[in-house]
Amino acid sequence: MGLFDRFKKGLAKTREKIARTFRSVLPFGRKIDDRLIDELEETMLADDMGPAATALLIAEVRKAYKAGQIAETQEIIPFLQQHIVSFWPEADRQLRFAPSGPTVILVAGVNGSGKTTSVAKLCSYLSKQGKKVILAACDTYRAAAVAQLTEWSRRLGVQIVKHDQGADPGAVAYDACDAALARQADVLIVDTAGRLHTQSHLMRELGKIERVIQKKMPDAPHEVLLVLDSTIGQNAINQAKIFSEHVKVTGLFLAKLDGSAKGGIVIGIHDQINIPVKFVGLGETPDDIEPFDPAAFVQALFSEQSADASG
Amino acid sequence: MFDSLSQRFQGVFHRLRGRGRISEDNVADAMREVRTALLEADVHVKVVKQFCDEIMAKALGAKVIETLHPEQVMIKIVHDELVQLMGPADPRIPFVTPGPTIILMAGLQGSGKTTTCGKLSQYVTARGKRPMLIAADLKRPAAIDQLEVIGQQVGVPVYTERGHLNAVKVARNGIIEARKADRDVVIVDTAGRLAIDEELMAEIAQIEKAVNPTQVYLVIDAMTGQDAVNTAQRFNERLELDALILTKFDSDTRGGAALSAKTISGKPIKFIGVGEKLDALEEFHAERIAGRILGMGDVVTLVEKAQQQYDAQEAEALQKKMAKGLNLEDFLGQMRKLKSMGSMKQIMKMIPGLGSELDGMEIQDGELDKYEAIIHSMTIKERRRPEIIEASRRRRIARGSGTDPKDVSGLIKSFTQVRGMMKAMSSMSVLDRMRSVTGFARAAASGQMPKMKGGSTVTKRRETRKDKRKRRKKNR
Repeated sequence: MGLFDRFKKGLAKTREKIARTFRSVLPFGRKIDDRLIDELEETMLADDMGPAATALLIAEVRKAYKAGQIAETQEIIPFLQQHIVSFWPEADRQLRFAPSGPTVILVAGVNGSGKTTSVAKLCSYLSKQGKKVILAACDTYRAAAVAQLTEWSRRLGVQIVKHDQGADPGAVAYDACDAALARQADVLIVDTAGRLHTQSHLMRELGKIERVIQKKMPDAPHEVLLVLDSTIGQNAINQAKIFSEHVKVTGLFLAKLDGSAKGGIVIGIHDQINIPVKFVGLGETPDDIEPFDPAAFVQALFSEQSADASG
Repeated sequence: MFDSLSQRFQGVFHRLRGRGRISEDNVADAMREVRTALLEADVHVKVVKQFCDEIMAKALGAKVIETLHPEQVMIKIVHDELVQLMGPADPRIPFVTPGPTIILMAGLQGSGKTTTCGKLSQYVTARGKRPMLIAADLKRPAAIDQLEVIGQQVGVPVYTERGHLNAVKVARNGIIEARKADRDVVIVDTAGRLAIDEELMAEIAQIEKAVNPTQVYLVIDAMTGQDAVNTAQRFNERLELDALILTKFDSDTRGGAALSAKTISGKPIKFIGVGEKLDALEEFHAERIAGRILGMGDVVTLVEKAQQQYDAQEAEALQKKMAKGLNLEDFLGQMRKLKSMGSMKQIMKMIPGLGSELDGMEIQDGELDKYEAIIHSMTIKERRRPEIIEASRRRRIARGSGTDPKDVSGLIKSFTQVRGMMKAMSSMSVLDRMRSVTGFARAAASGQMPKMKGGSTVTKRRETRKDKRKRRKKNR
């Protein structure tokens, strides 16, 4: 029987298996042995934590077990939760605001990660806190991207600075900074075109946008958020690294966390390059945004997958 | 950051070779490397497990332990199995007569559906069809505008209904309109949806029912991680999927999602998206992606690309030149060829062994422009006999090309080094020649000779008849 047939045969079971949780692999009183560790590892890998970060965490579990910190199987999850939550201290997750004048938030990411929707969410989130927000439509490349952001600005009732499609994004950023200063905005959110980190000319363009902003406001951008799709795999580590080489990425925006993927890659990213997660996106409306809560996030990683996922 | 699998295998078996004996345990060691490679490539952990068990059995059956180059045998087994799993690929779209052939596109948000719709419409147009696009994504702001702009770019009409909230109706009306307009292919763009969004999954099932598509394609981002299995499985449960399209393969993702999605859905991968431009849609080839998942190069694509650029006659002329000794004029011609083939880095990534070396090494396509400028600033005589260039000529050339005299001597230096190399290669096949030419230009682009691991990249790969005989004798 070929691999595929076997896989197919196991599909009915696989569905549950994919949805299997740490809890279910860790019944009370089970001995902590290699098989259990294997199962634990498998579940972590299935959450996109990646082979490297998973190996490190497993090593921590083994160490703690040997040191007598954990003795029972049911202590493993709380141990891991505690350990992972400590990756992102609260101070790192706060949005940084300018001491005076407009705070500039630059939003970047690969194509289809959810940048524009995330910009709308940030806008809504900050507007609700009584801040005056201006949007800058620096995605002048993708067809109708400016129209998409304009529609959001209309729905959210905020001002937008835009040029035509095909315009220089640096020029839009420049004008937007002018507008933010002149109109005394509290926050300027700069949406940028999706760009694959492998396209070095586009990465340099992003660097240029940052420099243009700095020209107008030397201490800006105060935040550079990299938007990651929660379904993304190990490639996100490369993305985080390469984006960071071109702009000073200060935080991650984990979008589309309402799907069946849990965004475990942020643990892999933490392992390689320390960028805190600042926000999560949980739906399609502008209100579906939450500040990142590591405890809740880790809880979700380790608890029941959505009822749907098990079919 | 990813070591290529072949290097890792070499590592595993190298350690053992010193001890003289390779055991089953060592094969198991190699399998651990396979496992990590596949996991790093985002193949789903379950698929990896099954795959490794299968391979383990095969590897032991093939007596890897007795072969002289176990790593090569292992790689072949792993590679072949991957190819077999991901194939067979059939990029043909089954057009129906009488038309229209209706293609329904589905996928998560941001997977690249709308762009792929544009690419597909251009693809079928190039095959003599008259497509029409239907904008049934009523969810995302300005999605209709986006499809309209794309339609304009490829010269394909787009059916839209604004202010409508019922995607099923829009799709149905669009099909009626397409029949009226006598379009023979209709591509229906739909809103991105999460596989667990019951309401929207029901909606797309309704659209499918309403338009009765000839083909249903699921669009998946090639950078997707473990969740690709969930997506493929759930869409496959709700829709009669015919094939998968993997997008954003122009990123540096290893693309394990392709294997996961194919395995779990059992549906073939038809196309891959390789860029933002609307002609950046390629037919899927299992061998190429298999190599990529393993972190190995993609030789087939490279050869094809090369062959498009080099016709046989030109190749022969070049071969003669190489035997005689290349001059800078020929070099200029070669560089232009390389430029028309695509970006340097893209090409080099496809060369086995180079892929991983290139990580962290930036090759500026702009360097080629610089060298072109330098050569342009030379007299014909200087181009044919670069050795006559002394300090004063060098200064003049540098001034003329807006470069530094250092750059001029750098170019000449690497050119002379490479010329000798080229002479030695003049008896090679097209592929080997391509490799060398690329290596040559690479040397030029980076301003240095290629670093060669364990001998030169050129001589290492090329096995002469004598070598072959020797190897066979040894193996016997």
